Amino acid sequence: MTPLEFTVAAFAASLAAGFFGSLLGLGGGIIVIPALTILLHVDIRYAIGASIVSVIATSSGAAAAYVRDRMANLRVAMFLETATASGALTGAFLAGILGGRWLTLGFGTAVALSAVGMMRGTMWQPAPPASPDAWADRLRLHGSYHDGAAGEEVQYRVYGTKGGLLLMYIAGAVSGLLGIGAGALKVPAMDLAMRLPIKASSATSNLMIGVTAAASAGVYFARGDIDPFVTAPVACGVVLGALLGSRLLPRIQSNAIRLVFVAILLWIGGQMIWKAIR
Amino acid sequence: MSARAELPDHGLEVLISALLRAGISVSLALIVAGTVVSFVHHPDYVRSAEALARLTRPGMAPRDLHDVGAGLAGLRGQALVMLGLLVLMATPVLRVAVSLVSFLRSRDRAFTLLTSAVLVLLLLSLFLGKAGG
Repeated sequence: MTPLEFTVAAFAASLAAGFFGSLLGLGGGIIVIPALTILLHVDIRYAIGASIVSVIATSSGAAAAYVRDRMANLRVAMFLETATASGALTGAFLAGILGGRWLTLGFGTAVALSAVGMMRGTMWQPAPPASPDAWADRLRLHGSYHDGAAGEEVQYRVYGTKGGLLLMYIAGAVSGLLGIGAGALKVPAMDLAMRLPIKASSATSNLMIGVTAAASAGVYFARGDIDPFVTAPVACGVVLGALLGSRLLPRIQSNAIRLVFVAILLWIGGQMIWKAIR
Repeated sequence: MSARAELPDHGLEVLISALLRAGISVSLALIVAGTVVSFVHHPDYVRSAEALARLTRPGMAPRDLHDVGAGLAGLRGQALVMLGLLVLMATPVLRVAVSLVSFLRSRDRAFTLLTSAVLVLLLLSLFLGKAGG
């Protein structure tokens, strides 16, 4: 394979990853890392470095549209970013200590677990909230968005802020550790634990992913894990894919999003776990 | 939710959206330009598999601003790409900084604190990265 062929192949794979990642509220890293290591035989360190940067690109590209359309909840994002950024610092440190096999196993497990979480959300409707959340009231986290599919303004209240913070710290640590946006963990944390509507969760997750990834990207850069030649086609492909995806999101029904999400995650999670224990 | 609480956030939303778009555009332009310069400078990139092995060998990537600056001075395409990647990495940090100014102006003390904490964590990561590198 020549550098030109590599650039074209990496661009094509990243275009697809950005498109689906944006539809699903993922940073795209969960698709980019297996594509780079398995299909294009890129060193795992460079794959993670390219992913963490592409994750910032996806997030910013999609979030620009979501923030302007007020689909993303800025206050919830800002509140939870204290936890994701702390987690990201923890994870980036752990990544320096653990070996490649453990990173792969952790990657697969994180993906599979988040798929199971989303499946539960599909099958069981969340119970009505037990009690109002004092922090959500005081910090005015509640919000609303315009649902394009239903053609109406959807008002929602936010619950479970303390549980949300804990889950976001874990999501941040996974992000820093594995070089992914961990949208797969952020979406269920907001959707299931904090009771944000799935579309608001997805859009807010996209916004938060950029800050989470930026917190770890500096560490990866200083380690020399961000290779410009590998990262260039990945970042470009992912941005274009994410732009296309963000134009489609308001028109896709919520259950379709979840089912596609669960199927993809289970497949990727299984692949990575099998690769690690083989 | 009252209209009073909603207004400052809405201006912030438009500003953040524009900032994210600008960050993406500038970084993409730099990355594409750098890639083109690389391929123009190195005709063997189109046919040599050896060149790919050299480009993706571990330990080749720049790891501080000094490396990137030296590459830029030599008009290296890959240094231009790296500058684009650094702009991309700085975009979310700028988003948080802009939010902080907005929360300061609207005298939202709780969110001024929260946003400052996030900014400190982001800056801390750069220092920790240097220490770990």
